[in-house]
Amino acid sequence: MTDVPLTPRRPLLARFLESRNGLGLLFMLPAAVFLLCFLTYPLGLGVWLGFTDTRIGRTGEFIGLENYIWLFDDPIFWLSVYNTILYTVVASVLKFGLGLWLALILNEHLPFKTFFRAIILLPWVVPTVLSALAFWWIYDSQFSIISWVLMQWGLIDTPINFLGQPNHARASVIAANVWRGIPFVAISLLAGLQTIPQSLNEAAALDGATSWQRFTKVTLPLLTPIIAVVMTFSVLFTFTDFQLIYVLTRGGPVNATHLMATLSFQRAIPGGQLGEGAAIAVAMIPFLLAAILFSFFGLQRRRWQQGND
Amino acid sequence: MASVTFRDVRKAFGSVEVLHGVSIDIEEGQFVVLVGPSGCGKSTLLRMLAGLEHITAGEILIGDRVVNTLPPKERDIAMVFQNYALYPHITVAENMGFSLKLKGVSKKEIESLVSPAAEMLGLSHLLDRYPRQLSGGQRQRVAMGRAIVRKPQVFLFDEPLSNLDAKLRVSMRTEIKNLHQRLKTTTVYVTHDQIEAMTMADKIVVMHDGIVAQVGAPLDLYDRPENLFVAGFIGSPAMNMVTGTLDANDRNIFVTGDGERLPIAEPGDAEPGREMIYGVRPEHFQLGGDTTLRVEVVEPTGSETHVVAFLGETEIVCVFRERISAGPGDELKVTIDAGSVHLFDAKEGDRLSV
Repeated sequence: MTDVPLTPRRPLLARFLESRNGLGLLFMLPAAVFLLCFLTYPLGLGVWLGFTDTRIGRTGEFIGLENYIWLFDDPIFWLSVYNTILYTVVASVLKFGLGLWLALILNEHLPFKTFFRAIILLPWVVPTVLSALAFWWIYDSQFSIISWVLMQWGLIDTPINFLGQPNHARASVIAANVWRGIPFVAISLLAGLQTIPQSLNEAAALDGATSWQRFTKVTLPLLTPIIAVVMTFSVLFTFTDFQLIYVLTRGGPVNATHLMATLSFQRAIPGGQLGEGAAIAVAMIPFLLAAILFSFFGLQRRRWQQGND
Repeated sequence: MASVTFRDVRKAFGSVEVLHGVSIDIEEGQFVVLVGPSGCGKSTLLRMLAGLEHITAGEILIGDRVVNTLPPKERDIAMVFQNYALYPHITVAENMGFSLKLKGVSKKEIESLVSPAAEMLGLSHLLDRYPRQLSGGQRQRVAMGRAIVRKPQVFLFDEPLSNLDAKLRVSMRTEIKNLHQRLKTTTVYVTHDQIEAMTMADKIVVMHDGIVAQVGAPLDLYDRPENLFVAGFIGSPAMNMVTGTLDANDRNIFVTGDGERLPIAEPGDAEPGREMIYGVRPEHFQLGGDTTLRVEVVEPTGSETHVVAFLGETEIVCVFRERISAGPGDELKVTIDAGSVHLFDAKEGDRLSV
């Protein structure tokens, strides 16, 4: 009979570090700390602030729903809600249409294809503030290049007051947002288009489909999963847009271009009413949740995507 | 049903010409296989017939109509792609009826056309499935079903079996052949697998580097290859080739570079002194005789025995019906069937013997 060697019980820390779960926990720690400090804490603080009357330089007290009741009767708040929805819907529809069109063009065999694909990304790469400043010049009430060209052509007599009139200003900021957002949509959809095998289009051509039928009956249905992802992100980005508006109009003229994000900042920081600003920001959450839920159902795997393989 | 004619068809991609004047006649109802190594232009030729590639020069006719400039949908052809190209977002039934739906055929009529085709291919129980839910062989059948439903003038197959496993490939081969015998639709089938070509075709077109190397019935190509390329390409294991020339005194004796003397019954116009290639298929060796082989490897397959051996310094393969117990290094006496020997010009590769 041989003696069974007795292994001494190793220290707790060593056993913890060598166990699968212990090590896993350790690896997750940096990400968890990051998420807690920079996402959960600010979000929680924001929600809490919305229930207080905190001002800059003075800790607030819990006042329940008073901020929200106050906002409910605030016409400027409701104007910003209207502006945000208008801004998001119009800009997203335009970005989708133009982005898809660009993607389809770039998917064809063009000369200098890679060059054009790179160029397309430019608006996305340029820092928002920089492009906003450029648009600020383009929309300048006296020196606008657009007004100048139109005047040269004799189409108008006086410069257009792009950012000075409510509806002009709305259209202008939407145009700037669309310009910035198209690359993301176009490049993502292009990536989606490239996953569709060429032979499907060839098969459809042999089956007697016109190019329009090939698009509506083959390309578009196969692209829907990508479209759902891309447009969800696009809607979220647009809904929470801040920089472009703040540089171009600061919400003016007379709050005509105030989005919920800019109004929240306006009230909280320059206005000093941290509690009220936080409440406006929190009021965006239901809209964003709705968008996410919509995409959640839109993104569910379609029946044709399920199965083996 | 219609005939298909290629008249001096050329194809260039930019400045690179990949097809150098191809002429082929395909009769109504024929099953023609285009075969050749990858890059020989066979798929390009098929895609030109389908209208998926522009025709650089020459003419392609379906029936007596020149189709050079017709778009694919007006050529009345159906194609089965290598990756099947099934529409993933619609069911099997919708895939098969897709072309009819585009034509505006009523739902009822589509169903009445799709269900017999599905029946014929054993797909009836799968009509509501999506392509993803099918196995490779089933997808292959759906692709064929989609082609059948249209009742086209010509069927095109572009390496349809290359994504299937070996066993399925053999059974699908039979199924496609069966289908053709039932429908009798003119078929052009592209493959790189000479066994597929041999077993399925009424007529084989062997292509090589953008030209037609030889056209003929499968066994004609096997028994009488016109050139070295066809001789080497058709047949498995491949034909054995030995370099040498005819004996100056006896034209029925071929002298190899190593001095081996091999028999040949009909040397044709071949003249002694010229460098030639002596070709003999593996099964044209018999045990016993006066030619000596040095055995390298013996591979019994059960029904026959493959022997890899040296004839002089040249490695050759022989196939015997007998079982052989020789080991490496052993000597094996064999006889070459002098009547089944082929002689080719070593430089040009043309056939010299009768």
